[in-house]
Amino acid sequence: MKRVYVNEKWCLGCHLCEYYCAFAGSNEKDMARALKDIKINPKIKIEEKDGVSFAVSCRHCREPLCVKCCITGALTISDGVITINKDKCVSCYTCILSCPYGAVSPSNDGAVQKCELCVRTAEGTPACVRGCPNGAIVFEERG
Amino acid sequence: MAVNFIYPDYEVARNYDRCIGCRVCERQCANEVHEYLADSNKMVCDDAKCVNCHRCVTLCPTRALKIIKSGNTYKENVNWSGKTINELYRQAESGGVLLSSMGNPENYPVYFDKILLNASQVTNPSIDPLREPMETKVSLGAKPRNIERDESGRILNNLPPQLSLSMPVMFSAMSYGSISYNAHESLARASEALGILYNTGEGGLHEDFYRYGENTIVQVASGRFGVHPGYLNSGSAIEIKMGQGAKPGIGGHLPGAKIVDDVSRTRMIPEGCDAISPAPHHDIYSIEDLRQLVYSLKEATNYKKPVIVKIAAVHNVAVIASGIARSGADIIAIDGFRGGTGAAPTRIRDHVGIPIELALAATDKRLRDEGIRDYVSIVVGGSIRSSADIVKAVALGADCVYIATAALLALGCHLCRSCHAGRCNWGIATQVPELVKRLNPEIGYKRLVNLLTAWQHEIKEMMGGMGINSIESLKGNRLMLRGVDLNEKELEILGIKHAGE
Repeated sequence: MKRVYVNEKWCLGCHLCEYYCAFAGSNEKDMARALKDIKINPKIKIEEKDGVSFAVSCRHCREPLCVKCCITGALTISDGVITINKDKCVSCYTCILSCPYGAVSPSNDGAVQKCELCVRTAEGTPACVRGCPNGAIVFEERG
Repeated sequence: MAVNFIYPDYEVARNYDRCIGCRVCERQCANEVHEYLADSNKMVCDDAKCVNCHRCVTLCPTRALKIIKSGNTYKENVNWSGKTINELYRQAESGGVLLSSMGNPENYPVYFDKILLNASQVTNPSIDPLREPMETKVSLGAKPRNIERDESGRILNNLPPQLSLSMPVMFSAMSYGSISYNAHESLARASEALGILYNTGEGGLHEDFYRYGENTIVQVASGRFGVHPGYLNSGSAIEIKMGQGAKPGIGGHLPGAKIVDDVSRTRMIPEGCDAISPAPHHDIYSIEDLRQLVYSLKEATNYKKPVIVKIAAVHNVAVIASGIARSGADIIAIDGFRGGTGAAPTRIRDHVGIPIELALAATDKRLRDEGIRDYVSIVVGGSIRSSADIVKAVALGADCVYIATAALLALGCHLCRSCHAGRCNWGIATQVPELVKRLNPEIGYKRLVNLLTAWQHEIKEMMGGMGINSIESLKGNRLMLRGVDLNEKELEILGIKHAGE
């Protein structure tokens, strides 16, 4: 299955992936209109320290702890992609506590949010991958 | 400093309706033009620091930025332009020589733009390159002067070493130091993928790139930086750099700040020490001296590699080329006055040297008149901007062209001409690690391959239109060229007729 991988060697810490992620989830056509005067809450986040930076988003684990610990069945895995059903989520945040990567976070509308590989929004390639100016985020099949 | 006489050349125009405050402009500007004010949630900028490199413009996700020419003006004066006045102010302030980068931008004629190509109509068929084979392959090197046979009459192979290229283009010399590791890697990988060559420039060859040796020209220049037997034998050809189009008659100076770590090891000089290439080679004061170096290099590489001698296009270029052809060199490279540089004194760059088109035409004619054109191949550089320039150069007598500025543009260069500052926002002309990583060679080499693949298609289209199916048949074929807006003398030197003739 194709997943999002990050190569910190080429990550510039420009944070554009975060903005493209936030834009992808906005259902707006124009980025300026979507994100103007808004504090974004993206599903991919740049970690940086001492000149090293890289983007972190859901790894879509084969044996996902978040799905295992979800008390309402809001998090499910199908075809390898872990998605959230916001109607079922009761915001207990057990998934947030259990995710070893910190890739699940509270959303602005009460439920939790996580990267869903843009399956619900974009066509084909996730927005962060398309928006990365230096090829540091890739979407590919690895063993 | 009490008073700054100079008003910024550019202004950063920000459309606040579109700016989302993502701060990518701030994070990506090594010149620290942009700043985010947290208390007012607003981006502000200092125009005076802007070099107009377009990094922020290109990366801004909402297209909220553009760079505009400053509207500030001095009282209009044809003789004393604003640029002239500012340069004078700068020197009055600093007391120093003005430095510039990249090629001569001044308003001199561009002869390529005054030459037009022919095409077949009715009486001779044009060729469709999509349906019929077209040959763009070229071989560079001295050609045999006579046919030699053994006792039984069989023809002996007396072909001197040749360079074989898939198309008549090579990447010209840019040293590791003047450009980054990632820029070099992009050029090397693109050369391998395209079946052409790139040139190390005078900075030695990084140990990681020896594996691209077949696609490498190793350069020996007046500073002899990074030269050792392994280096000489690692490439397909050796180039002796006598001059550079951007700065004929003077040497080079790579500031100590750029001599870091690997650059120092590759150049074989201590870290932080300035790399000064003298203006002349201190062992070359005549064609005979040049011949000694040519043969020393041939001896060192067992006569297996062609030797290129590169000169700047200057007034007596044709005579100098004739001497070089007789010095034993296999290839002459001529660099026109528009050629690029990582740093040159502005007055030298803008006022020394001659146009490559005239230098090429004069050299090709001189060598043919003397009957020694086959002794050498001619490579020309100094602002080859498109496939049309290549076709015109070949028709004027070049065997091949060198491109460098065009290659850097493909890698992201926006010709801001600030290479000498060492803070290239595109990761090309810098050694600062966080800037160097902005050029991912995986992306860079593909863009170079795309560019030259496109040019190759266009060359074939133009050749086909002229009814020519091999680039060799176009070489020196000046009947395919006509001049516009040129006087008798210019036409005579170019060896072409005026349009309509």
